[in-house]
Amino acid sequence: MTVTNALPGRGSQAGDVAPRAVELRGVHKNFGSVQAVNGIDLSISSGEIVAFLGPNGAGKTSTIDVILGLSRPNSGDVSVLGMSPHQAIARGLVSAVLQTGGLLKDLTVAETAQYTASLFTHSRPVTEVLDRAGITAIADRKVGKCSGGEQQRLRFAMALLSDPELLILDEPTTGMDVEGRRSFWSAIRQDAERGRTVLFATHYLEEADDYADRIILVRHGKIVADGTAAQIKAMAAGRTVRATLPDADETALAGITGFDHVEVNGDTVLVHTGQSDAVARYLLTTTAAHDLEITARGLEDAFIALTSDDATANQQGASA
Amino acid sequence: MSIAPRPLPDLNTRRAPGLGGFNLTILGLEVRRLLRNRRTLIFSIALPVVFFLIFGLNTQYADESVGNGNVSAFIMISMALYGAILATTSGGAMVSVERAAGWSRQLRLTPLSPAAYVIIKMLTALVLGLGSVVAVYATGIITGKPSMSVQLWIVTGLCVWIGSLVFAAFGLFMGYLLPTENVMQILSFALVLFAFGGGLFVPLDQMSDLFQTIAVYTPLYGLNELVHAPLTGQSPTVTDVVNVLAWLAIFTGGAIWRFRRDTARV
Repeated sequence: MTVTNALPGRGSQAGDVAPRAVELRGVHKNFGSVQAVNGIDLSISSGEIVAFLGPNGAGKTSTIDVILGLSRPNSGDVSVLGMSPHQAIARGLVSAVLQTGGLLKDLTVAETAQYTASLFTHSRPVTEVLDRAGITAIADRKVGKCSGGEQQRLRFAMALLSDPELLILDEPTTGMDVEGRRSFWSAIRQDAERGRTVLFATHYLEEADDYADRIILVRHGKIVADGTAAQIKAMAAGRTVRATLPDADETALAGITGFDHVEVNGDTVLVHTGQSDAVARYLLTTTAAHDLEITARGLEDAFIALTSDDATANQQGASA
Repeated sequence: MSIAPRPLPDLNTRRAPGLGGFNLTILGLEVRRLLRNRRTLIFSIALPVVFFLIFGLNTQYADESVGNGNVSAFIMISMALYGAILATTSGGAMVSVERAAGWSRQLRLTPLSPAAYVIIKMLTALVLGLGSVVAVYATGIITGKPSMSVQLWIVTGLCVWIGSLVFAAFGLFMGYLLPTENVMQILSFALVLFAFGGGLFVPLDQMSDLFQTIAVYTPLYGLNELVHAPLTGQSPTVTDVVNVLAWLAIFTGGAIWRFRRDTARV
């Protein structure tokens, strides 16, 4: 991401002074005997677009509530842009689009935005955010008469009013049809290109794959994987390396470290591996292999493998 | 199409708003919401006016003298009080609808402090309460029946208006206590009972001894006596004052208790 701003730290790596957009350390949250968040450490830099992906009940919303200061963790530290969630919200630096509710039916779309705008010392014009959310045409409509998708766009417009540094979306497209989802994400994507940090929770794999730079997979209140979509796909299922190699010796290849499973079909060799780079290097440098292709297994395979109950715990930590 | 990177907001120049986020834009929008609610308008403004027209103009007793004025003026004050407490209770009870809609939770993602929110609700309730008083008093002027000095019109009107704040606290308490969108249907019924107990509809000395004994403890008894005191010329009794203060303490304490529970982070 290109940066024209001279201030330090935007999208940069550890070691400088700029605070992280989100910093969680050892966060636990339980409701009675239910452990909703079970020790989450998380660090999100400015400018990242991060998906929080997991099945229902994985602890996504509970973690988001902690980041927003809507609930207090039982233990652990939370910092948002170097301050407490409450301070960040009071300054309009963080805003959120929650799943449902949160609107008054008897106000119009524009009035709802005016209401919210009046609370911030630093606010974008109402007309501008309605335009960016694509709801200028329904500005005078009562909220109660708006469709689910229109209400969600209004929540998005409200979240943009304070020009936040961090935007959090909790399952923002639940209940929208395909077209609604696409146009909602195109509005978010356009906004994120301006450099805002975005964290969104979803259980739609395609959304995470299409719109996030980084995917954090959660299960039972823990992070089970953290990396780019490609890294996560590789982690769970490995990759397939395909090459053309005449007269390949299947048994010999299968004996090499990293060649987890080898298939030879005529001149074609298929290798399933967790170390695709090493396999490719070996094939290209020590054999006559050519026309080499590396393909990842789908994110869906990774998702099922990593979030199902028999997934092994040691798959954690392919950090970005 | 290339989009210029958005300038990074300087974290240090961002400030939280003063007064916990309280501002007149919100107050204006809240009043507009109330005016859109036809049910509230009918109950708190049209109904007391109609009651006054029915009971306050009856030629059998309307012109009889009461202290510094006449019976018509006395009934006008009662009906203004009834309208005003309906209005302020409705205003306070709006928190129930807003909690059910998730609006209160949404507001926690803004700088608006819970205390400022409650003050906005109280002030909105008072604006509607003023509407009730003005409507009933204006009807009184137009009909020409109520008789008292100009000074008493103003003093009793202000007493009713300010006194109705007790019921804004009642509305808030109930709004936080009852998790229903139809809270006002329950509360309107309670207010009718309170109005009988306070002697707003029928003078208490026409009721049974038992009723009169119980009535002294009901929430509108003291307030009704106090707002009529300038007209009747009788100084308020200790019972009246204790009644008002005790109910004010109960409603305010209850509202604060429920409000704290509602805004506590879990």
